[in-house]
Amino acid sequence: MLIKFFNDPERLWKLVTLLTSGVGTTCAIFALTLLLSAPLGILAALARMSKHTAVRGPVIFYIYIMRSTPLMLQIVCFYYLLPQLLPFRANPFGTVIFAFVINYAAYFAEIFRGGIQAIPVGQREAGHVLGYERTQVFMRIILPQAIKNVMPAVTNEVITLVKDTALASTVAITEIMIIAKQQVSVSSSVEPFLLAMILYMILNGIAGQFCKLAEKRLGYY
Amino acid sequence: MLTADHITKHYGHLCVINNLSLCIAKGEVVAIIGPSGSGKSTLLRCLNQLEKIDDGTIALDGMFLCRSAEGRAQYTQAAILRKITLRMGMVFQSYHLFPHMNVITNITDAPIHVKRMPAAKALKLGKELLERVGLSDKAQAYPHQLSGGQAQRVAIARALCMEPEILCFDEPTSALDPEITNEVLSVIRDLAKEQMTMLVVTHEMGFAREVSHRIIFMENGGIVEQGSPASVFSSANPRTRQFIGF
Repeated sequence: MLIKFFNDPERLWKLVTLLTSGVGTTCAIFALTLLLSAPLGILAALARMSKHTAVRGPVIFYIYIMRSTPLMLQIVCFYYLLPQLLPFRANPFGTVIFAFVINYAAYFAEIFRGGIQAIPVGQREAGHVLGYERTQVFMRIILPQAIKNVMPAVTNEVITLVKDTALASTVAITEIMIIAKQQVSVSSSVEPFLLAMILYMILNGIAGQFCKLAEKRLGYY
Repeated sequence: MLTADHITKHYGHLCVINNLSLCIAKGEVVAIIGPSGSGKSTLLRCLNQLEKIDDGTIALDGMFLCRSAEGRAQYTQAAILRKITLRMGMVFQSYHLFPHMNVITNITDAPIHVKRMPAAKALKLGKELLERVGLSDKAQAYPHQLSGGQAQRVAIARALCMEPEILCFDEPTSALDPEITNEVLSVIRDLAKEQMTMLVVTHEMGFAREVSHRIIFMENGGIVEQGSPASVFSSANPRTRQFIGF
């Protein structure tokens, strides 16, 4: 193996700065996806549990598509499709976020459905006899408990999402992965990849700590 | 005050309430006894709108929950259903406290967010009720930190904080051991002294006899016999005698 960076602090530092310049974009994809897909996932979970087939059916189909096709394929698809479908100019970053959000929302929908269905019927009934309206029963009684139920599964998704952001490199979004690839081909050394690995590990270490903290905060009962 | 007239409820082909009529007066304490599967709990659940009846009429103080028409129970509009809900309270066998709220929030959340009671007033009322059920020191505790008897007393306080006119109990002590059962029964006993209108489904014969004004013996979705505790406990009906066991 050719060592070109690890024995040269100056080159190494340059590489580190280059790679970390992608961290912002990686984090942006991560944060936007999480922030948008989680609420969308809750809505999709509710629609998925609807007693009306006209509501439930399409959502089941949507979840099926999202979960049974590669995310990479979805990203590429939307990247070429969306600009043709939309009346306005969709920027590449926007289309990538869109693909990530609707993909992750599908997974979150199934996670939240499980979390909601795991709550005993008695909770809903106690809410009804106390006079809570349906939305109140959901917001005040069901959702807070469901969030606790789903935390372990959500932690998993969060960790997967940090790594999945690398898929944005397929459509030329300048995040960590794409910079690492470029540097590998320029330098003919795999060291940029190793460094990228370390970066992802650091990011996931931080994300994991946040999840742990959230689980702890929810562990009061 | 609360009347059910010729109500019928099926689960598929199984008839769980069969043409049952019932009337409860203000301040009356009615105990419903009967073997498992006789429809006692279902009756309570129908009165509290947790289940819909198939046919019959239910009314609270002249406000119709549903009316029998064309062989079906026609339910009234949502706004009135809600009004009726707010005037009735229910205590479940397995408490159903909200695990994510502490005791005082369990009690005051509905008054504040459903009845729009000012928070300070709800808190004051909630604390009074907690004292009444003997749990003043548990206001900040979470349901998982309570014993069964304590949880059930909190559930009673929670129902009372909505200031219902009728309180229904669905086997409130069936999940409790005999010793703890007494804590809960004494709370219900106190409520009876305060002329609270109550409908209690119970297997506690001694309690039914002591506290209620009227006992209803149910079987197969119908009322076999009803009357004052004295008359039911000295009934000539062989089925009643067999069930009560004397």
